[in-house]
Amino acid sequence: MVPILISAFTVTSSLGCGQESTFHALTNGECGLIPCRFETVALNTFVGEVAGVDRVVIPPGLSAFDCRNNRLALLGLTQDGFADAVRGAVGRFGTRRVGVFIGTSTSGMLETELAYRRRDPDSGALPADFDYGGTHNCFSAGAFVRAYFGIEGPAVVVSSACSSSAKVFGNAARMIQAGLIDAAVVGGVDSLCLTTLYGFNSLELLSPRPCRPFDARRDGISIGEAAAFALLQRTPDDAGSDALFLLGIGESSDAHHMSAPHPEGLGAKAAIGAALASAGLSPAQIGYVNLHGTGTRANDAAEALAVQAVFGNAVACSSTKGSTGHTLGAAGAVEAAISLLAIRHGFMPAGVNTGILERGFELDYVRSCRHARLEAVLSNSFGFGGSNCALVFGRP
Amino acid sequence: MTLLQCHIEGLGAIGPGFADAEEFRRLVEAGRVDPSAPTPVPPPVCLPAAERRRAGTSIKLALAAGLQALEGSGHDPATLPTVFASSGGDGDNCHIICEALASNDRQISPTRFHNSVHNAPSGYWGIALGATAPSTSLCAFDASFGAGLLEAMVQVAQSREPCLLIAYDVPYPFPLGRVRAIGGAMGLALALAPDATVRSHARLTVGLGEGPCTELGDPGLEAMRRSIPAGRGLPLLRALALSEPCRVTVDYLDPLSLELEVAPCR
Repeated sequence: MVPILISAFTVTSSLGCGQESTFHALTNGECGLIPCRFETVALNTFVGEVAGVDRVVIPPGLSAFDCRNNRLALLGLTQDGFADAVRGAVGRFGTRRVGVFIGTSTSGMLETELAYRRRDPDSGALPADFDYGGTHNCFSAGAFVRAYFGIEGPAVVVSSACSSSAKVFGNAARMIQAGLIDAAVVGGVDSLCLTTLYGFNSLELLSPRPCRPFDARRDGISIGEAAAFALLQRTPDDAGSDALFLLGIGESSDAHHMSAPHPEGLGAKAAIGAALASAGLSPAQIGYVNLHGTGTRANDAAEALAVQAVFGNAVACSSTKGSTGHTLGAAGAVEAAISLLAIRHGFMPAGVNTGILERGFELDYVRSCRHARLEAVLSNSFGFGGSNCALVFGRP
Repeated sequence: MTLLQCHIEGLGAIGPGFADAEEFRRLVEAGRVDPSAPTPVPPPVCLPAAERRRAGTSIKLALAAGLQALEGSGHDPATLPTVFASSGGDGDNCHIICEALASNDRQISPTRFHNSVHNAPSGYWGIALGATAPSTSLCAFDASFGAGLLEAMVQVAQSREPCLLIAYDVPYPFPLGRVRAIGGAMGLALALAPDATVRSHARLTVGLGEGPCTELGDPGLEAMRRSIPAGRGLPLLRALALSEPCRVTVDYLDPLSLELEVAPCR
């Protein structure tokens, strides 16, 4: 593919708000996971909760969008000068030449869960203040971002579980290349809710301690929440030597099982291969792989096989979910931002919490932060339904 | 203005009172469209027994509509990229999860949970047909059909490969149905290809516009168009089913609409 310029990006997770705090937390090997005290949840697990989400105020006129997910989106949008960068692009290209492509898995589901506790005792109706379109519907965050910036171009929300906000980079790149738009706000936002906490609990996939991706004793995920965004635009002639780019994207489907990966990682391998082909890069040209690495037995085993099949043990890799938790539909965008930080600052974040690597995982797993110039980084995102996406970011 | 072009090789249509595109054509020609008729949702015979038991209405509807369009296209489903578009996904499943989470016993079944993802039909499609090609699952509220069509057209234009669009919606049960009314269950599917072949029904050209949406003269059809997000594609389905050359404007995100030109090939 023709490289697409990333002219701004930002990330907010349990590690902190914005690039600076995220960079420091990652280079210090911090873990943002804490014992779950979220809402009324009574589960023995750890979560990556973003501090201060409830204090975020949705602007007047957009109150129909008021829910935890859009508050988290707004908290994310207002870091790192990102909102100003978007306004600049809208001013430069025009409101209809900028698109919005957001990934989420559960949108404002928490609002619906809470509304179901407040149903009318006689009629069973939901409370009058519940706004389905503004909060519950999958498109809520897309509509909110579009309205917040006054963007009038094409928009869509991708909801393909944990690959959602990796895949949006593809939607945006295709629309830019097709000539429909000049720039795009892409990103992912997912917030803690009962559906995912109790849902992953039902699958017996929640770890009772901070998750340990690729560890021999790994025993499940820690759910996190996050908002991460990037501003993509058609590459100008004068992008500059420090500019960062989306170089490639690969997508595939497992066609195997709804909630378990293909045991040999065939879908993951196909997505990685397609991403490299799209970027026109060989495996040896990738300096670091940010793994999906959720911390479940099956996911990490399948991904290890896929990475080994493509790279052997020649590439440095780690999962940053030990730091952020698994931010589900936001994970693709969060790890895209981490990949971009890694290239910009020349470091490979450690996979924290991981003690002894599973025997047989022939990986160069980054156990403590390394510093080196990176030309290209690959980021993996795999989701329920066998939805796989790999992204390649790099320098020109 | 950027125009996207493709050829339509297969058509899937299941909705109130019609089980396929041919039944839809007969209803339209006879002026007997009834938006209150039940939607005949066939069992998902393409799925393995375990998955068949787990599939709800939205999954069955999406798969059945997709299979109809696939059959017309003659493409290998294993390598055919898919675009799924729905406003609300599986409302029945969502309601049962919310009820459980509001009760004293918050246990929900693993199957309910993995079926709750918006891309559940895409996952089941892959399992049923060994489809390992890229697949995406989109939502744009009432503009979901338009967003799905635009994405599928852009994919065909960029890759010069075929693509299957499956738009579907099912009504929510009470109480969610009270705050999000969807007027019936409908699945529309289009098999798109970059170039004309012997299988092509029509050439389709799509561009962004801002004109008012095409309203349908038949009151029953118009009611379906307005009340079901997937029904926003009915002006296109009608033109294709009747092999009528025409220009129609389909709902998209305010202030934009999609301007379509349909040129039948046969």
